[in-house]
Amino acid sequence: MSRSPSRLARLLPSLAGALLLWVALYGVLQRAAAWFTRDLLGLDAGTHLASAVEFFVYETPKVLLLLTLVVFGVGVVRSFFTPERTRAILAGKAESVGNVLAAALGIVTPFCSCSAVPLFIGFLTAGIPLGVTFSFLISAPMVNEVALALLFGLFGWKVAALYLGTGLAVAIVAGWVIGRLRLERHVEPWVYQMSAGDAGLPAHRTTWEERLDQGLEAVRDIVGRVWPYVLIGIAVGAGIHGWVPENFMASIMGRGAWWSVPLAVLIGVPMYSNAAGIIPVVHALLEKGAALGTVLAFMMAVIALSLPEVIILRKVLRPVLIAVFLGVVTTGIILVGYLFNWLM
Amino acid sequence: MTRIEVLGPGCANCERLYRNTERAVKELGLDCELEKITDLNVIMGYRILSTPGLVIDGVVQFSGRVPSVEQLKELLS
Repeated sequence: MSRSPSRLARLLPSLAGALLLWVALYGVLQRAAAWFTRDLLGLDAGTHLASAVEFFVYETPKVLLLLTLVVFGVGVVRSFFTPERTRAILAGKAESVGNVLAAALGIVTPFCSCSAVPLFIGFLTAGIPLGVTFSFLISAPMVNEVALALLFGLFGWKVAALYLGTGLAVAIVAGWVIGRLRLERHVEPWVYQMSAGDAGLPAHRTTWEERLDQGLEAVRDIVGRVWPYVLIGIAVGAGIHGWVPENFMASIMGRGAWWSVPLAVLIGVPMYSNAAGIIPVVHALLEKGAALGTVLAFMMAVIALSLPEVIILRKVLRPVLIAVFLGVVTTGIILVGYLFNWLM
Repeated sequence: MTRIEVLGPGCANCERLYRNTERAVKELGLDCELEKITDLNVIMGYRILSTPGLVIDGVVQFSGRVPSVEQLKELLS
């Protein structure tokens, strides 16, 4: 451990330098994009092509920069929350408090969808109520740092905050409803026969150096994985931005069309895309007259529920419980869509 | 002979851990058995909460993360 202070001492200045560079880059993006489009490429402002190119050249680095910063920050925060600690926090909490806590912890606890089954079993055998477990399982994939970074970058902080707030609300209420329905008998019986307890992993004291490393690792991993989706998503978005006429979407996904919210959600549920690919496209649709609630509901449905996850969960849940889970979450998302269309 | 098991139903992270472990073993020139465990019942038998996990001679070393090849070499040597 003698070398760790010196490594931390080296890590901090480079991180500070990276942050300064980040701020500088972010500040010149808009001018650089305009210069690139009009002066370097010589495109006339006001044409479809210029509009699409400038959109792409501005939004892509902006979103990637924001993504990098947010993913790093969340990576560091996550080093404080292991699934084991989250389980310890949730065990022994009363149901409604538990739902709220579980949804909140879903944001910061590291989670990948293939961990859903071990986690589900681990939570239930530790005595965490079924509904509380579901609050966690709904919130963890839906309210994630990639979605929030993209929403913040493309839509601004208000929409990002709305997504965060309503995503949590759906997870809390849906989990609570599932808990009230007393569906424990629809969990595959072998789950409850699994032994409780943990692997007895040696307690590991995480140093700050390791936390920062985890942030960097998260950037390498997540940004390294999602950047192609960001590029494709923004390219499609740029195309829509440049060529699709204003108000084109108004009749299909506008506020006037009451059926558009449930339809958008039903289309979104089986779709499986990550937030990085879907949000730029959805952003462009919004510009063309789609209603915010409809768009938000579509996005939530795509991100929160997916066929692969349902197939994984089928190992521990009987069909009735799967159907209730899908039904309750879908209903919640549809209500969120209507709420926003009505509010905004 | 050492027996190393990589626990994971087969998602991207589990594959990465398997590849990293494979490389670490090769670079260290260890004589050991490396196995991929995808059966959930067996995985749950190790009482881990998140995948992927690494087991050496029946003892869980960590779960829920994918260490680098260097970190794995440190752990294995």
